[in-house]
Amino acid sequence: MTPSVSSPPQGRRAGGWSEFQRRYAPYLFISPFFLLFFAFGLFPILFNAYLSFMEWQPGTGLGDMKFVGLRNYTDNLTDPAFWQSLKNTAILALLSGLPQHLLAIPLAFAVAGVLKRMQHLVTAVYFLPYITSIVAISVIFFTLFSWQYGVINAALVSLHQLPLIGGLFPAEKINWLGQKEYVQPAIALVVIWRYVGWNMLLYLAGIQSIPKELYEAASVDGATGGQQFRFITLPLLRPTMFMAVTLSLIGGFQLFEEPFILTNGSGGAGQAGLTTIMYMYRTYAQYSDAGVAAAMSWLLFAVIGVLTFLNNRAFGRSGLAGRD
Amino acid sequence: MTTPSQARAQSAQPVPPAPARPRGRGHLPPLSRWAAFALILLGAVLTVAPFYYMFVFASLDRAEIFQLPPPAWFGDNAAQNYGALLERTPFWRNLWNSLYLAVLTTVFTLFFCTLGGFGFAMYSFKGREALFGLLLATMLIPSTLNIVPYALIMQALGWIDQPRALWVPGMASAFGIFLMRQYIGSSIPRELVEAARIDGATEFGIFRRVIVPLCGPAMATLGLVTFVQSWNAFLGPLIIFRSAETYTAPLALRTLQGLANTDWGALMLGVALTVLPLLVLFALASRQLIEGLTAGATKG
Repeated sequence: MTPSVSSPPQGRRAGGWSEFQRRYAPYLFISPFFLLFFAFGLFPILFNAYLSFMEWQPGTGLGDMKFVGLRNYTDNLTDPAFWQSLKNTAILALLSGLPQHLLAIPLAFAVAGVLKRMQHLVTAVYFLPYITSIVAISVIFFTLFSWQYGVINAALVSLHQLPLIGGLFPAEKINWLGQKEYVQPAIALVVIWRYVGWNMLLYLAGIQSIPKELYEAASVDGATGGQQFRFITLPLLRPTMFMAVTLSLIGGFQLFEEPFILTNGSGGAGQAGLTTIMYMYRTYAQYSDAGVAAAMSWLLFAVIGVLTFLNNRAFGRSGLAGRD
Repeated sequence: MTTPSQARAQSAQPVPPAPARPRGRGHLPPLSRWAAFALILLGAVLTVAPFYYMFVFASLDRAEIFQLPPPAWFGDNAAQNYGALLERTPFWRNLWNSLYLAVLTTVFTLFFCTLGGFGFAMYSFKGREALFGLLLATMLIPSTLNIVPYALIMQALGWIDQPRALWVPGMASAFGIFLMRQYIGSSIPRELVEAARIDGATEFGIFRRVIVPLCGPAMATLGLVTFVQSWNAFLGPLIIFRSAETYTAPLALRTLQGLANTDWGALMLGVALTVLPLLVLFALASRQLIEGLTAGATKG
C-alpha cells in the first residue's frame, strides 16, 4: 500500500494499461474455445450442409464439385440399405436402451437401500465398463460370443440344466454373430453391459436426493421394499429418468463402435448390425461418396431431432407436471 | 452423528417388541434386503467377468481359448502371445501414440478450459450471457454432422496421419469450460481476485497465481475425464491414421482383429495392455473420474 505515494503520472499510465487489459482480458480468455468451435465445429457443419447438395469424390480436387440439388437426399431415401440401417439403428436403440433403464433403476434402489460403506466400491465396479475402450470391450465380447466355444453359450447351456428356471435358457448354442436374428441382440447385450453402471449412477444420485423421511414413514406403516420402490422411488425419479432416457436415445442413434467391431466392420449376417453411422462411414470411406454421406448425416440428425422433441413432449412435460 | 451401535441402543429402549432394525439406511425389510444383495452381487459378477476373461485369454494360445469347456484359469502362453503381438504390430509405438495424444489433449484442455472458465466466472462483460448460452448449445450438436466434413477438412489441411488432427480440435471443450466455470464461480471468492488486482497483478497474472493454484480438484477431474476419453477414442483416429506406425492402441486392436487367422491370444494381450493403464488410473482416482464423467448429466 505504501508505493502508491510514488509519482502520479506513472500510476495513471499503469491505470490506463490495467484498465485496457482488464476490459479485454475476458474476451481473450474465452476466445480459444470459440475460435476452435468456429474452425472445427461450426465451419464443418456449414460445409457439411453445402456438401449435401453437391456431387463430389473427395479424391479429386475441389473444382470437381457439382451442384445436384436434392439428389443426394433422394438417393438416400430411395436406397433400401439406408432404410435398413435406420431400422437396425432404431431396433438397436430400443433393444439396448430400454433394458439399461429397467436394470439400472432397481439396481440403484438396491444399492441405495442396503449399502453404506461398500457403496463407493460397488458403484466403482459397476462403472468400470464405462471407462474402458469400447473397441477393447467389443473385442473381448467377440470371443465370448463365439458360437461353439464361447463362454456365453457355455454358460447359457449349463444354466439350461438347472431345475425350475432352466427353461428360461436356451438348450442349443446360439450363433450370436453369425445368424441374422441374433446379431442385434448380441450388440445390444454389449451396449447394455457397458451402460447399466453409468445409468445406475445417475439414478443413484436421483434416489439420494429423495428425502429419507418418506422411506422411514413408509417403513413404519409396514410398506415392503417393493411397495416403497413402486410408490416412492419411481414417481420421484421421473426427472432423472427423463434425462437418462434422453441421453440413451441420442447415444443409441449414433451407435458405431460396438457394431463395427462385433461385425468386423462388415455389418454382420444379413447386414443386421449395420447402423446408420456405420453406413455413412462406409459411404464416405469405401464408396468415396462425400455428398451422399453428408446428406445421410442430415437425415439422421433430423431423426434424432424429431425423437428428442417427441421424448420432450411425452416425458418431459408430464414429468414436470407430475412434480407439481 | 450417531454410530450404528448407538442408534440400535436408542431404538431398543422405547419399543421392546420391535425386531432389530437392520443397519445401513435401514428402511428395507429383511427379505428385500437379501434380494437386493443378491441382485447387486449378480450384477457385479457379470460386470467383472469379461475383464477376468480378458486377462485369462491373454495368457492362452488360440487353441486353448477356443476349447470345450471354455478355459476358466490362466495359462502359460503370455510370453508367446507377447512375441506374436509385436510381430504383427508395433504395439508399444501404438500405446505411445495413444499416450502422446491423450497427454497433449489433456494439457491443452486444462489450460484453455480453466482460462475460459475463469473468464466466464469472474468477469462481467458485454455479451457474456449470450456467449455462455452459445457455448452450452454447442454441446447439444450431435457429432454425426461433423464426421464427413472433419475427414475432408483434415485431408485438405494435409493432416492425415498427423496427431495434431486430433489434439488441435480437442484443445478446449464446452463441457470443460462449463465445469471450470461452475467450480471457480462457486468456490473461489471474488475478493481474492480483487485483492490481487489492487496489488497490481495483471489479469493473466491473477489467473496464473490465484486461480490455477486453487483449481486443483476441478482440474484433476477434468484432466482425468479428458485423458480417458482421448485414450479410448476410436472414430476420430480411424479417420485420421492410415499407417500402422501412427495407429493408436484401439486402432491397432481393430487391425489385429481384422486380419485373417486372427491370433486371439496376442490380440487379447493387446486388449489387456490397452485397458490396464485405465484400470490403474481408475483404481487411484475413481471418485474424481465418476464425478467428472457424470457431471454433465447430473449438474446440467
